[in-house]
Amino acid sequence: MPSFSFVHFQFLCWAALWTIGLSAIAFVGGGLLGFAVALARISDSRPLRIAAVVYIQIVQGTPLLILLFLIYFGIAIAGFNQVPAIIAAGAGLTIYSSGFLAEIWRGCIQSVPKTQWEAAECLALTRWQRMSRVILPQAMRIATAPTVGFLVQIIKNTSLASVVGFIELAQAGKLINNSIFEPFTIFIVVACFYFAICFPLSTWSRSLERKLNVGRR
Amino acid sequence: MSAVVSLSNVHKSFSAIRVLNGVSFEVGRGEVAAVIGQSGSGKSTALRCINALETINQGTIEVCGHAVHDPKLDRRALRRDVGIVFQSYNLFPHLTAEQNIMLAPTCVKSLSKPAARDLAREVLARVGLAEKADHYPEQLSGGQQQRVAIARSLAMQPKLMLFDEVTSALDPQLTGEVLKVMEDLARGGMTMILVTHEMAFARKVASKVIYMHQGKVWESGPGAMLDNPQTPELRNFVGSGL
Repeated sequence: MPSFSFVHFQFLCWAALWTIGLSAIAFVGGGLLGFAVALARISDSRPLRIAAVVYIQIVQGTPLLILLFLIYFGIAIAGFNQVPAIIAAGAGLTIYSSGFLAEIWRGCIQSVPKTQWEAAECLALTRWQRMSRVILPQAMRIATAPTVGFLVQIIKNTSLASVVGFIELAQAGKLINNSIFEPFTIFIVVACFYFAICFPLSTWSRSLERKLNVGRR
Repeated sequence: MSAVVSLSNVHKSFSAIRVLNGVSFEVGRGEVAAVIGQSGSGKSTALRCINALETINQGTIEVCGHAVHDPKLDRRALRRDVGIVFQSYNLFPHLTAEQNIMLAPTCVKSLSKPAARDLAREVLARVGLAEKADHYPEQLSGGQQQRVAIARSLAMQPKLMLFDEVTSALDPQLTGEVLKVMEDLARGGMTMILVTHEMAFARKVASKVIYMHQGKVWESGPGAMLDNPQTPELRNFVGSGL
């Protein structure tokens, strides 16, 4: 029986790229969708606000694993069989991150003092100008650290994409284990990969938090 | 003298609390009206109603030809004519003094960047802060921040300026520098309504003093009215300040 070798390591490196790629899809897609939901959540229109709350509650109240199953099998039932795993996984993680990012960013937007809205309003700025020129630049400073923190969560959660057959780090580890059966070695290496990706981000998030706490608001 | 602002029988309550109880007064072009009174007398609320920051329950408010009480009020048109300065300055912390001032002229009046910058320099010079253009609000003292806030309003060339207890958060020295700017404005013919606790300033600069008590205009008249109060409440209020 062969043991853990450089070939396996290379395979894990390749899978790590997919983990990063899937994280990027989830982060960008979830960010765009989440931003729209965050805006809906604080909009003037009551139906829009309610719709956003319902969306957030449903997404946050559903395990990611179930969400992935629902999308993978749901799309198949809708008549598109042979859904590429990346689409199912990307869509599931996008929805998942949008539900959390929406709520994180809503909190950041609302933590900008109300008097800032008022001051901008009294200068005759339109609602969108108030948002884009006055509120969002301040909210972004507040949001940076928790957003990077959540990015780490996304990266770790991409491991669940293995259930729909997507080959990322965790799935690659399982595949190697199926052939050489050295679970402990393999998953230690896999864990190291995750750590190597996440640790710099966590550190960055902490340093951002420190900087933004003492710096300009 | 045509009225720039006229309030008539204005009522305003916050849920069960009646804050304004039939307020009526007028302010003419070029007049400086000082609204005084105890905390809770409704003076700040009255000021915020003039700028449609609060909606009123009853009565009419006309400001520079805008029917502020009308639900169909074009708020942005109103705000182009009316500037307001707040107790807590409310400068935008992520922008420099100059950028704070340039924002509205570029966004609302579509001024070009260079033109807005010239305008910012000009109004900053008027409040004596030409050399602070590139400073962020946190790098300025309270008095300087408040003068930038005044400059920011001035840059929109309002027909009416509202001041909501603008010196309440400042020590006497900083208060003095802000009041001087306001006095210069008044002398330049700006129509102003200020809610203030600075009795000496009200007496000296205001062409009209409005004493509010229990959500009503209790007594109003020229600045000299403070030396000869007609009602026991105003006598008491003025007396307690000495």
